[in-house]
Amino acid sequence: MSAQAHDASAGATITIRPASGWLALNLAELWEYRELLYFLIWRDLKVRYRQTAIGVAWVVIQPLATTAIFAVIFGRLAGLPSEGVPYPLFVFAALLPWQLFSGGISRAAVSLVSNANLLTKVYFPRLLVPLAAVLSGIVDLSVFFVILAGMMGWYRVTPSWAVLTLPLLVVIAVLAAMAIGIWLAAFNVRYRDVQQAIPFLIQIWFLASPVAYSGSLVPAGPWRVLYNLNPMTGVIQGFRWALFGKTPPDPLAWVSVAVIVVLFVAGLFYFRRLEDSFADVV
Amino acid sequence: MTDIAIRAQALGKRYRIGVSRRGYLTLRDALSEGIAATLHTARALVRARPRAARTDNTIWALKDVTFEVARGEVVGIIGRNGSGKSTLLKVLSRITRPTTGSAEITGRVGSLLEVGTGFHPELTGRDNIYLNGAVLGMKRAEIARKFDEIVAFAEVDKFIDTPVKHYSSGMYLRLAFAVAAHLDTEILFVDEVLAVGDEAFQKKCLGKMGDVARAGRTVLFVSHNLQAVSALTRQALVLDGGQLIHAGETSAALERYRALWTVRGASEYTNPGSANGITRAKVIPSGPGQVHRAGEPLVFEFDLRLSHKLTSASFSFQVNDEEMRPIMHLWIEDAKQPWSKTGGARLRCHVPKSRLYMGRYSLTTYLSDRTTFELYEKLDGICAFEVVMDGTERGYEWKSGACTFLEDAEWSVY
Repeated sequence: MSAQAHDASAGATITIRPASGWLALNLAELWEYRELLYFLIWRDLKVRYRQTAIGVAWVVIQPLATTAIFAVIFGRLAGLPSEGVPYPLFVFAALLPWQLFSGGISRAAVSLVSNANLLTKVYFPRLLVPLAAVLSGIVDLSVFFVILAGMMGWYRVTPSWAVLTLPLLVVIAVLAAMAIGIWLAAFNVRYRDVQQAIPFLIQIWFLASPVAYSGSLVPAGPWRVLYNLNPMTGVIQGFRWALFGKTPPDPLAWVSVAVIVVLFVAGLFYFRRLEDSFADVV
Repeated sequence: MTDIAIRAQALGKRYRIGVSRRGYLTLRDALSEGIAATLHTARALVRARPRAARTDNTIWALKDVTFEVARGEVVGIIGRNGSGKSTLLKVLSRITRPTTGSAEITGRVGSLLEVGTGFHPELTGRDNIYLNGAVLGMKRAEIARKFDEIVAFAEVDKFIDTPVKHYSSGMYLRLAFAVAAHLDTEILFVDEVLAVGDEAFQKKCLGKMGDVARAGRTVLFVSHNLQAVSALTRQALVLDGGQLIHAGETSAALERYRALWTVRGASEYTNPGSANGITRAKVIPSGPGQVHRAGEPLVFEFDLRLSHKLTSASFSFQVNDEEMRPIMHLWIEDAKQPWSKTGGARLRCHVPKSRLYMGRYSLTTYLSDRTTFELYEKLDGICAFEVVMDGTERGYEWKSGACTFLEDAEWSVY
């Protein structure tokens, strides 16, 4: 019994009661289960590219191919402005946070349903499942950063001091993905409509974010205000600013960050309220 | 610290059958159901009557279950399929919340409701040991420490770095059980995980369970294996229809459990004096004590006496469920198979494969004349018998009321 010695719950009494409205978050328990979070991420990564011929190369191929296609269509053929940065670099820098975000929400949305066997057989804080789904994107992101560094060397672009804000921007992107992801995951347990709507939602969101084009193309006025309230607008513009030192993101981006934080915290409570019923419904 | 490890107070769990259980809603269903419910409420308000409780499509899988388990005690839970055993473990393991009542559990809990939960076929044996261990609540260091022991117990050392999808089912189960067996929490909930693998390994599993039982840990374990229950436990709970009907000595519990298998109501109907009708009716189920196993041949026998000549006799019977709803109807007509002319006959109805779902049944019989539509005799609720799902394998618990009959079907995946 030695391994449990450090376990805070040893000897403690758990009380089981019927659900009664909103519950406290129990973050201590979440912390206690951090190793399971690690294992869930680890499983996600190990399984994702099993039995594929080129395996992990897929991580790299997808964004590179997207970059190449966008560079040809939008950069060459449409001749869209790219804020004075070589177009491929301009797109790739945006794909980093975008993939983290879109991959995160689409994995998180289906995560509870695809782990139904766990939910119905074992107890653990259910929140770990969508969180792990989002966080597994961090590993892909670090691979992308290596490629990005290579591309920047090739194009001889040097980052400014603003590069130091990158970790914060990554945190915001992760938080945004979690904020949306936990809501969708909880909805999807009850309504599989979510699964159908996800690709569509991501496509719209993609077009509403400055990935393939520069945000400066959006006309000033109410549309621009709305545009800047999209949290991914701020994150992507922040990425480009941090890496290439051109235009900083609009101050309105902070409002979107605040919205994300509110959505995230509200999502945590909503999830907590529903999590005990997942096993009965999933 | 108290001496009571588990204290359950009037625990109840209600499930909605049909939609929510094992089936999800679409948004459209929810919307239309929501509208229907609103109308229903509105109508109830207009009539100034409380909204009728929607009990029709709910089922109490667990009702008013109260018991205590002392620290270090090993307690068996027995009951027929659908009696609420698994639901009780799920509630106590915090997988699902109770609808009513409460429970207090003192000590670190581990639950084994299935072997190999979280196993991933693409991952190697080694990876799965870590993953499964973590899912069951073990720390990484703890798994690392027990790793060799687990591998040795499972006897899979040579294949430890092979993906488990290449394992034989025996190897897979051995590995899964081995991980589970090395979970040492103060309180353990075990659901029917014994009896995996071949006979030799089953013995090993039982031996391991015995060690666990003797190690002074508190164990609640559900099993259909009465031998295992009597060997490993001194106390047992008997559940029936979601209610706790016995808590105490295992030997008495086993007796109580066995008594459940005899059905209330007479199995045979006799009326030797009948002039136009049945003198004797009998159901011949596959098992003793009026208990029939689903899917096995079922025989009905009727002795008829006819003093009156019928032009076109017809005999039929319905099999009714507990609420006297007819589930099936079978008949024989004189026009096709003459039997009424001789003044009496024994009719034997052989159902090669009965499709009745688990539950209690009885018969309603009709003797009539097809041309005059005259009903000579109708008997209601005779020949009680029970259908059980014993021996019909499925990945999860059979619940009563889940359906009315079972169909043979073949699945294809494209």
